[in-house]
Amino acid sequence: MNKSIVLRVSNLVKEYQSGSRRLRVLDDISFDIEQGTTGAIVGPSGSGKTTLLALCAGLDQATSGQVEVNGISVAGLSEDERSVLRNEQIGFVFQNFQLMPTLTALENVMVPLELRGERKVRDKAASMLEKVGLGDRLSHYPVQLSGGEQQRVALARAFINDPQILFADEPTGNLDEDTGEKVTELLFDLNADSGTTLLLVTHDLDLAARTGRIIRLKGGRIVSDELTGVADERLV
Amino acid sequence: MNKTSFFDPWLWKMAWRDSRSNRGRLLLFVSSIIVGIAALVAINSFGRNLEETIRTESRSIVGADLVLSSRSPFPEEVEARIAEWPAEEAREVSFASMAYFPRVDNTRLITVRALEGNYPFYGTLETTPAEAADNFRKDGSALVDYSVILQYELEIGDTVKLGNQGFAIAGYLQKVPGQAEAASMVAPRIYIPMDQLENTGLIRFGSRVNHRKLFKFEDSGEMAGLLEGMEALNRKHRIRSRTAEQQGAGVGSAAGNMYGFLNLVAFIALLLGSIGVASAIHVYIKMKLPSLAVLRCVGARIRQTFYIYLIQTLVIGAIGSVVGVILGVAIQVLLPDLFAALLPVQVDFSISWRSAIEGLIVGLGICMLFALLPLLTVRKVSPLSAIRTNIESQTDGRDPLRLLLYAIIAIAATAFAISQTARVDVGLSFIAGVAIAFAALSALALLLMWAVKRFFPSGWRYEWRQSLANLYRPNNQTLVLMLSIGLGTFLISTLYFTQDTLLSQVATLDRDKQPNLMMFDIQADQVEGVEELVRSFDLPVIQNVPIVTTRLAAIKGRTVEELDADSTSKIRGWALKREYRVTYRDTLFSTEEVVEGEWIGRMPADSDTLYVSLETGIVRDLDVKLGDQLTFDVQGVQMPAIVKSIRKVDWQRVQPNFFAVFPRGVIDDAPQFNVLVTRVADQAQSSQLQQAMVKAFPNVSSVDLDLILKTVEKIIDQISFVIRFMALFSILTGLIVLSAAVITTRYQRIRESVLLRTLGAVKQQVNRIMILEYFYLGALAGLTGMLLSLLSSWALAYFMFDLTFVPSIQPLAIILALVVTMTVGLGMLNSRKIADRPPLEILRNEV
Repeated sequence: MNKSIVLRVSNLVKEYQSGSRRLRVLDDISFDIEQGTTGAIVGPSGSGKTTLLALCAGLDQATSGQVEVNGISVAGLSEDERSVLRNEQIGFVFQNFQLMPTLTALENVMVPLELRGERKVRDKAASMLEKVGLGDRLSHYPVQLSGGEQQRVALARAFINDPQILFADEPTGNLDEDTGEKVTELLFDLNADSGTTLLLVTHDLDLAARTGRIIRLKGGRIVSDELTGVADERLV
Repeated sequence: MNKTSFFDPWLWKMAWRDSRSNRGRLLLFVSSIIVGIAALVAINSFGRNLEETIRTESRSIVGADLVLSSRSPFPEEVEARIAEWPAEEAREVSFASMAYFPRVDNTRLITVRALEGNYPFYGTLETTPAEAADNFRKDGSALVDYSVILQYELEIGDTVKLGNQGFAIAGYLQKVPGQAEAASMVAPRIYIPMDQLENTGLIRFGSRVNHRKLFKFEDSGEMAGLLEGMEALNRKHRIRSRTAEQQGAGVGSAAGNMYGFLNLVAFIALLLGSIGVASAIHVYIKMKLPSLAVLRCVGARIRQTFYIYLIQTLVIGAIGSVVGVILGVAIQVLLPDLFAALLPVQVDFSISWRSAIEGLIVGLGICMLFALLPLLTVRKVSPLSAIRTNIESQTDGRDPLRLLLYAIIAIAATAFAISQTARVDVGLSFIAGVAIAFAALSALALLLMWAVKRFFPSGWRYEWRQSLANLYRPNNQTLVLMLSIGLGTFLISTLYFTQDTLLSQVATLDRDKQPNLMMFDIQADQVEGVEELVRSFDLPVIQNVPIVTTRLAAIKGRTVEELDADSTSKIRGWALKREYRVTYRDTLFSTEEVVEGEWIGRMPADSDTLYVSLETGIVRDLDVKLGDQLTFDVQGVQMPAIVKSIRKVDWQRVQPNFFAVFPRGVIDDAPQFNVLVTRVADQAQSSQLQQAMVKAFPNVSSVDLDLILKTVEKIIDQISFVIRFMALFSILTGLIVLSAAVITTRYQRIRESVLLRTLGAVKQQVNRIMILEYFYLGALAGLTGMLLSLLSSWALAYFMFDLTFVPSIQPLAIILALVVTMTVGLGMLNSRKIADRPPLEILRNEV
């Protein structure tokens, strides 16, 4: 099956100044992610996983190299253009949920659509929350929800704008095992339903093994890039 | 890409949503400007009412269209000219004298005002009963100042004896057009009809008497022309003319100065509040950074996130300003009473919409300008901080927008200060002063933080160390609290110390040995009798000096008129035109020392040149030196005299001192009166002597210096009460800023407290750390403010009042203790329950 490339990373380098030292945290990273696939970036702490995710999502700028999302080069975009790119093409799920504490569950889900200028979005957001099993929690504020429920709201928010690619940074890292399992199920189900490309960053090798491809990082370099075969089955 | 509009309804909706659970906090942030706005609106609105009152009622301020005044009776040619004027005329003769109240057997220095005609033509003499204002003229009775009535518990119908004549008291005098209550404190007024004046026998040759003629013109348009025609005559006879308009302008300008000054005090409160706003918004935005980063992650543009918080600030600023304006109007209701004793007009309450709108604009403007400083950070928030908590937003100090904002703030503050004072130099000086005070306080605060860090007392107990370290930890409020509490303390203590210095100077001048009773208007034929009477009470005659009233006619051959007209002349106007009360004697007093020239005690018989000895200050003001010639006009006789010696005089001694002293044999025969000073042991002896004096010599007035001192204290008290009232706004703002600062850092404190409790700290330890931190803040801010106030009080005493500044320790300690107590009290009030609740519950509820 021929699939188009949704994320292309070429010769990506990221360096930081740490005191008098120049620290290279990503060194010549290149890979492509095809439309509709799932993948995981794994590696020990400090291997550069989150930095790589941030660069792919246009949250940060590379020292050199290229990131293309759906054919659009991130490097050439202004701050605001990158915001629009994230809004239209990218979804996020964070380890610590990152819901806005002053907004209800429904309002949190509505925000990405409203930012696009869409105004009648209440029903769509409500049905998305229904989908993640929170149809009765629309008016609840984040503090009134459990960790698992907050992550479900975050999933609803991530999928509401039909992103081309969804980045998830340790999505179960702050949840207990049972809740984590349920959230994982939900994440993969939603991903399968919407045909979105999923790229996970995780320490959890079991979670990574549920994706179609595992990219291992160590010391800022890719040490292996393997297909697991699992995800493909799931997607087909 | 869509353009982001500030008016996009979604942005406003988002701002509303985002402010949930923070609205109370946001309101608290702006509450620090509420007090400043309130003060500004109250003062401005009151000032405008005052201006309006003066403009519309200038005639009733004087009670007439025109007043002519003179120190001597109006000459025939003036009377003849005035008689032709198409105007109604009234006459008033006033002078200081002693009043004796037989029923209570007591005496008091008062001002007799003998009145003829229907004065006041505009406004009324307010009396109790009201008809007394007319009756006293018909039945030859008297109106007595209410302060005297209160002092001696007098009643209507009681007798007051003025000289040889007794008057029944027809009523109490409450208010006289154009006279502030404070003006009559030293010598309260007693009005009598003019036809009774002669019977008192109080006016004798050489008495100091003011003569006034008051006019009501049928057509006030004619007045200017008639007055112009009188100019030469007025100059010739030293008659002062003042129209209602001029008097109104004078009162207006004096009142304008006063409320201009008070406005600046309000402005300081506003500035303090602005710093509070900036600091609170800074903390608020810091708290909002995670939400901001998430918004950016899900696609919000920079401008959208900026507008969301700008809208919140704008709305809250508007609410704060409206509340400030309402509060200001409420405070304005109090002001007419507060100022009543100091103003010659009754100012009624009415809302000045212009002031209210100005208050709104200023409040909103200041809120926005100062909130924008921290809001600019929003532009720099990186979406990366949503996944990396250690990412700091970039706060580049060289941000051109930030620099532009600083410049706008500086320009706006200067423009505002200039507009409030209506003078460029005063406005600029004020801004410079504020900048210096702010800079000094900030520098001291930074120095303290540095010093605490540098010389950290590692050996102290844990709670003491932890609370001390909190002063320089990240997100500390040390600087803003040092500024607000420090500035408040600085203002209040400077005011206190300056007042204390002035009063103690008057009060503690060797008062046990100084003369304390002064008798004046003693006629030549009474001198011996008065001396005998004083000695019969076993009291010393410390001084008995003759006084001759003169004026300057010429200096070094140039007439006073010429010199006055010469704009290049270095001579001070007041020194040129004032009345000089001079004396003659052959010896120097102990308070005098000849610093230049030769003291001549008696004119040599063969000399045809007259000599005079001048005081050092007047030598400077008249721009003369040894050997120069001054011509004195001694009641019509021109007397040229050569400056033969220059004396240094210790003016602080309570006794008659003189600018000019003649040798014996020059003016000995001129019209004169004597002044005698003595020292009485106590109030009872003072009363007895004064009563005996009034009975024996009714025209001799006695001045009880202790009474004068008390009156001066009362006047200073009244003025300083007004200033303190305004300084209260600064203190109040300081307290609100303190509360806001404590509340904004509450979350951080909770986290620290939870962490400490998790690590095993008990509740008391957590509380102790907080108490100690507020103690340090209060003590350091109070000390800093006080240190600055000692410096400024010293500078004021040294440069402005030429006095020695000796600060008293006790009030210093009291002010400091108060500041510390308030800081700790308020801090703990806002931090209560932090240490009480279980860590988990707090963490879940406060997020």
